[in-house]
Amino acid sequence: MGTYPKEIQESIERVEATRPARMAMKPPRLTLQEQEALLKGFHPDYRPEGKRKLTVGASWGEPVPHELADLLEAYPLLDPREVDVSQPDHDVDVLVIGGGGAGTVAAIWAHQSGIPAARILIATKLRHGDSNSIMAQGGIQAADKANDSPAIHYLDVLGGGHFTNDPKLVRALVEDAPSVIRWHEDLGVMYDKEPDGTMITIHGGGTSRKRMHSAKDYTGLEIMRVLRDEARSRGIPVLEFSPAVELLTDGQGQVVGAVLWNLETSEYTVVRAKAVVLATGGWGRLHIQGFPTTNHYGATADGLVLAYRAGAKLRDLDAVQYHPTGAAYPEQLVGLLITEKVRGMDALPLNRLGEVFVHPLEPRDVESAAFIRECASPEKGGRGLGVTTPTGMVGVWLDTPMVDMIHGKGTFQRALSSIHRMYVRFDIDPTREPILVYPTLHYQNGGVVIDEHGWTGVPGLFAAGEVEGGVHGKNRLMGNSLLDYNVFGRRAGIAAAGHAKKATPGAPTLAHVGRYVEQLKSAGVPADRKAPLLLPEYRGERALSRMVDLL
Amino acid sequence: MNEVTVFIMGKGYHVPEGLTIMKAMEYAGYRLGRGCGCRGGYCGACATVYRLRGDYRLYADLACQTPVQDGMYIAQIPFTPAERPPYQLADLQPRGETLLSLFPELARCVACNTCTKACPQKLEVMDAVQAALRGDIPQVAELTFDCVSCGLCTMRCPAEISHHHVWQLARRLNGAYLTPRALHVQKRVQEVAAGVFKADLDALLSLGKDALVAAYKAREIES
Repeated sequence: MGTYPKEIQESIERVEATRPARMAMKPPRLTLQEQEALLKGFHPDYRPEGKRKLTVGASWGEPVPHELADLLEAYPLLDPREVDVSQPDHDVDVLVIGGGGAGTVAAIWAHQSGIPAARILIATKLRHGDSNSIMAQGGIQAADKANDSPAIHYLDVLGGGHFTNDPKLVRALVEDAPSVIRWHEDLGVMYDKEPDGTMITIHGGGTSRKRMHSAKDYTGLEIMRVLRDEARSRGIPVLEFSPAVELLTDGQGQVVGAVLWNLETSEYTVVRAKAVVLATGGWGRLHIQGFPTTNHYGATADGLVLAYRAGAKLRDLDAVQYHPTGAAYPEQLVGLLITEKVRGMDALPLNRLGEVFVHPLEPRDVESAAFIRECASPEKGGRGLGVTTPTGMVGVWLDTPMVDMIHGKGTFQRALSSIHRMYVRFDIDPTREPILVYPTLHYQNGGVVIDEHGWTGVPGLFAAGEVEGGVHGKNRLMGNSLLDYNVFGRRAGIAAAGHAKKATPGAPTLAHVGRYVEQLKSAGVPADRKAPLLLPEYRGERALSRMVDLL
Repeated sequence: MNEVTVFIMGKGYHVPEGLTIMKAMEYAGYRLGRGCGCRGGYCGACATVYRLRGDYRLYADLACQTPVQDGMYIAQIPFTPAERPPYQLADLQPRGETLLSLFPELARCVACNTCTKACPQKLEVMDAVQAALRGDIPQVAELTFDCVSCGLCTMRCPAEISHHHVWQLARRLNGAYLTPRALHVQKRVQEVAAGVFKADLDALLSLGKDALVAAYKAREIES
């Protein structure tokens, strides 16, 4: 052990020197005014050069990151001459696009609502379950303890989102939360519990009660694999390696299916459906502003592109979530998630000198801004107190040895086994040495506008999970994304089933795409820009981790 | 940047030292489809086997978590065929014989320990097979909790066991039937259904932004 380069070792000695004095210390929290000043000064969202206003579509004039605008203002990948949409390969009641958490929950609840399994289809880009849902580590929020209530949870969510959330969606989120946890218990999810069955719950950033439920630091994996197994028990069909490249609409503008692209045979698959649930996840693989990401390989914002062409409105996509603690060293781990649970279990962030510079559990955007300020050079208004790695990455320390020192030897390996395993593979023992972290692109805060039933406002089109917006406003709190996909996956699945039972879909067409193309032409969008992206491009030099140009 | 030579399905490429197998394949020009999922060690999509020059052993690991070594011969496993018998959790009893009755091939285990050696998560896979044979469901659940279903043990097993499906069932039985329920969760679900919190939420939804901010600032934070 002790594989850090010599120049970094010296900083570790400073961390060790300040540790005894920090053990009982609780750094002060920032006031709302201090938070705002920090965000304005250092959060990447506040760099105006990172965004532009949309010049086409239902959310014309809304600012979004350039990386997303380039996909929304882009021509279809699909050539209408190559596919006959009047000849469906599949004809179902409910088509679910996306095989992560939201899609799987939606499919299960569509089935529970009376749609036969054979009349449901999950289409997904990678394998069933390969998603951001499976990568979530820290936990899921639900106000189910005696000192907590849905109303307290509601206030936490709204404050975390800087009061920009859709109140009706937040209400649905917090009111459904306890029943989600109970449903998971019924399905056999192994939550961390006391011997008498009481849930072990801790704080997350921005929570006022300890309501973070977890399954070690594999919470997302444990929930996702149980849901997938349940979908298999129900016999719900899944088409893997088949991302959607376009929605289908009828003469009334109803969504009546989708065109999929078989990544393995390079053929189109036409699916006719009475209702479509969009559960395509987020945008991490767009590497907004050059950031590394925690996200899975397929997180390329396809759902936003498809829904926008069909007339859905988008919201809060000017707000990007950078998770404060992405790995910054070693190179192989750069950008990967270090769960907030590590800070929830009392590990403090420290600068190069071993000094505490921020409360460990501020809301994520504030915490990230504080890390960036600590690392940014004084010429850019920062403090220049980050640790520089041999490859030029910069980070702050997360003092992981504190977890065992405070909670007892063995706690880290038991409660944070995935993080422990990840570092030990590279000869770093996080129970003895601190780890280096820097903000990493983590979550799409906004997305497709929905109502509390997951309806997008476009007839026949529902959305759930990371692709939708409004639940978290401009900043999501830890533990509310797993909750979001369960709450709105369920609601969208039920609503889609209800719609499918009474819908009278017309003949499927790509007419909405034709109309959108006309808008693109009049806006002067360059003809070589195509979307959806489907997969990021990493061949050649692009395989190497990039330096973030913020310092 | 120092370079190493790796052989992807027998074909040699020079790639920078220190890359993971996954990034090395991309650096070499591969556009991954299968064999790539979360890229963070959670989904199990990138099961990979390799040999090193001058070494008889066949190694198994996750491409996204394993650095390349000079002289590595690499092949990815795109898919693991594995048998999952149909079942509904509600129809099953959490009894010792449940696992063996659905997965009778467990009894074919010859205790060779190849599964354990193949596991990229370094789980005690063979101990879990033995626990399943004894019908000790909680022990199986505990030993396999960190399993990412990559299928490498299943591909190497001479007894032809579909390990990850056995583990999945054991964990669900353990979570649903052999662990005490959280009574506070059940109580809260009943309270929500009875409308206990309705007035509080109605009141919050009717507040203007200033009043909401004030209520937010006035929150007590549990220590």
